[in-house]
Amino acid sequence: MKILVAIKPVPNPDEKVKIKGDGSGIVLDNIKMVVNPFCEIAVEEALRIREKQTGEVVIMTIGPKASEQQIRTGLAMGADRAVLVEAGTDLDSLAVGKVLAKVVEGEKPDLVLMGKQSVDDDNNQVGQILAAVLGWPQATFASKIEFAADNRKANVTREVDGGLETIEVTLPAVVTTDLRLNEPRYASLPGIMKAKKKEVKVIPLASLGVDTAPRVRVLSYAPPKQRAGGGRVADVPELVAKLKNEAKVL
Amino acid sequence: MGATTELTDYMGFQGLLTDEEKLVRATARQFVNEEVLPIIDHHAQNETFPAHLIRKMGELGFYGPTLPEKYGCAGLSNVAYGLLMYELERGDSGLRSLASVQGSLVMYPIFAYGSETQKAHWLPRMATGEAIGCFGLTEPDFGSNPAGMRTKAVPEAGGKWRINGSKMWITNGSVADVAVVWAKTDDGIRGFLVERGTPGFSAPQMKGKWSLRASVTSELILEDVVVDGERSLLPNVKGIKGPLGCLTQARYGIAWGALGAADACYQTALEYALNRIQFDKPIASYQLQQRKLAEMVTEITKGQLLALHLGRLKDQGKYTFAQVSMAKMNNVNVALQIARTARTMLGANGIMGEYPIMRHANNLESVYTYEGTHDMHLLIVGQEVTGISAFRG
Ligand SMILES: Cc1cc2nc3c(=O)[nH]c(=O)nc-3n(C[C@H](O)[C@H](O)[C@H](O)COP(=O)(O)OP(=O)(O)OC[C@H]3O[C@@H](n4cnc5c(N)ncnc54)[C@H](O)[C@@H]3O)c2cc1C
Ligand SMILES: Cc1cc2nc3c(=O)[nH]c(=O)nc-3n(C[C@H](O)[C@H](O)[C@H](O)COP(=O)(O)OP(=O)(O)OC[C@H]3O[C@@H](n4cnc5c(N)ncnc54)[C@H](O)[C@@H]3O)c2cc1C
Repeated sequence: MKILVAIKPVPNPDEKVKIKGDGSGIVLDNIKMVVNPFCEIAVEEALRIREKQTGEVVIMTIGPKASEQQIRTGLAMGADRAVLVEAGTDLDSLAVGKVLAKVVEGEKPDLVLMGKQSVDDDNNQVGQILAAVLGWPQATFASKIEFAADNRKANVTREVDGGLETIEVTLPAVVTTDLRLNEPRYASLPGIMKAKKKEVKVIPLASLGVDTAPRVRVLSYAPPKQRAGGGRVADVPELVAKLKNEAKVL
Repeated sequence: MGATTELTDYMGFQGLLTDEEKLVRATARQFVNEEVLPIIDHHAQNETFPAHLIRKMGELGFYGPTLPEKYGCAGLSNVAYGLLMYELERGDSGLRSLASVQGSLVMYPIFAYGSETQKAHWLPRMATGEAIGCFGLTEPDFGSNPAGMRTKAVPEAGGKWRINGSKMWITNGSVADVAVVWAKTDDGIRGFLVERGTPGFSAPQMKGKWSLRASVTSELILEDVVVDGERSLLPNVKGIKGPLGCLTQARYGIAWGALGAADACYQTALEYALNRIQFDKPIASYQLQQRKLAEMVTEITKGQLLALHLGRLKDQGKYTFAQVSMAKMNNVNVALQIARTARTMLGANGIMGEYPIMRHANNLESVYTYEGTHDMHLLIVGQEVTGISAFRG
């Protein structure tokens, strides 16, 4: 099975981010970029499928040249090769979906795996948009993926509000991964050295002829309000009263 | 503590690293955060060895990673290896010791001094952690002066050797499948591979340490141990330069590793000082504490630049053992001072296992002594600059 995995470089979620003085974005100098954790889960799942069935795992990323560092992480985990569409970091979800669709059309995979959302903007929409642009079936929030013997169909268990739901999709399809699908492996040291020799094909964004004009405009970034200190309540009735009248959650 | 933040990098030395070097460090850091920090205090408190990590570290390629791919190793740069040591020792000096001994003191001599058969037999299995090794040089009466050793190997008929003697303070000894034993022969000091289970060979563990409690330290007892020359004798080195060549490799890794322990202590103290309120202000706002923090971060930064430069020299094959001595001596010493200073900043909390500081401080006492004591490295640097040996007759 040929699997295309989309990965996105994001600022290290363990570091504190600062907002630029003019509110136009976050300060990225000195912030370490890492592979979006949900995308790492997608890479891991692709590798496990390849280990069971043979095939090829190809990584695709849209971003600046520096994204190669995160691509190498995926290659070091074991992916076979990668495609980088060289672009700025300013594309909105629709543009990303359309660009990814171009790559998919070129690569013709049996399956596209990607994170359900990226932990920087938390939009949770690129997978859905990509499936729509391609006209492919989609299964989002996957916590388990099983294939029919002929690889024409997959049963995907999805994490939904009420619990779990299993749906059947016809391949090729777009599947987005949730947290409990697997635990990604580490990139081993020999893997890191092997990744150095793997192919990363760089495609300039302009050469794809996709209209990436933004449909979404960011007006400004602001940090969440500082939380005020907590208060003590004397007894349960007072707590309930506060939850009802002040917090208005009851 | 200090698990989710990044390593201290005041001068941006990471800007001088290659992508592979950065990735190696990221893997090691993640491994330490997820697999080591949650369990290590328990092991140190109970003087137990986290043996389950042996194979996990092998799967990730942590043993002998600078050796060639041909033997199942990664073929990393010396700088990448140093960064691995930094992150491992940020977890615990004992774990770094496990990897140092396996890679620099066992795989390295097999690689550098062994026959092709010995290399093909041991290196791939040691790279994965399927086989563990130890390095037996120190004896009860010969530490800083190993050339005086009493352990003796005598040739016998049929290409055999008979070894008698004892070794002490041997890291990994009781868990090792094979020991590199250095012994005197009529032909000078030679290295032998002595396998676990060889009649006359035993490796009882030394208990009761206040340092490196999560690492195994053992005696090696060799009573009329008979080994096969072809299988056991390392053919390509004679004399004290054999073991010293291994120590240079390990000391280089320690120069990086000690800074990892120092970094863990510094970051813990910094975070604590920012949050601990005394006299209505965070203690980080008092000049006395700021001085400590400023001095700690300065020494860590200088140590990183020293280690990085030495690593680049080593990658070019242009380093000397006396330069390695300077780096080991300096970086371990500053790490020990940083650990002790960090301890004071946490007040009573500083003595508790909930924070890593006291464990690191105690571990670093061993690191200060093994692989050449601090004094011996001063004497080596002193000899280098004066041309006069103050320790050899
Ligand atoms: C936890 C641990 C693990 C170890 N693991 C290993 C291992 O795996 N393999 C191995 O072979 N060894 C190992 N060692 C042994 C270590 O290398 C020795 O302890 C070290 O070389 C010092 O030897 P010593 O303890 O006999 O001290 P000594 O040599 O007796 O030194 C005692 C003191 O005298 C000083 N001194 C000695 N000579 C001079 C001189 N000429 N001038 C001035 N001062 C001098 C020293 O600096 C030191 O302060 C380990 C030690 C420890 C603590
Ligand atoms: C084993 C043990 C037994 C103990 N037994 C007892 C006992 O029996 N009874 C009892 O009452 N207490 C006891 N203590 C508590 C001990 O007295 C306190 O730990 C000590 O007073 C320090 O307080 P602290 O730990 O809260 O540190 P902190 O006061 O939080 O100090 C942390 C650091 O900040 C520094 N600092 C604080 N204020 C300033 C300032 N204004 N300017 C610059 N630096 C500052 C301190 O020097 C220290 O380095 C014990 C402690 C230990 C470890």
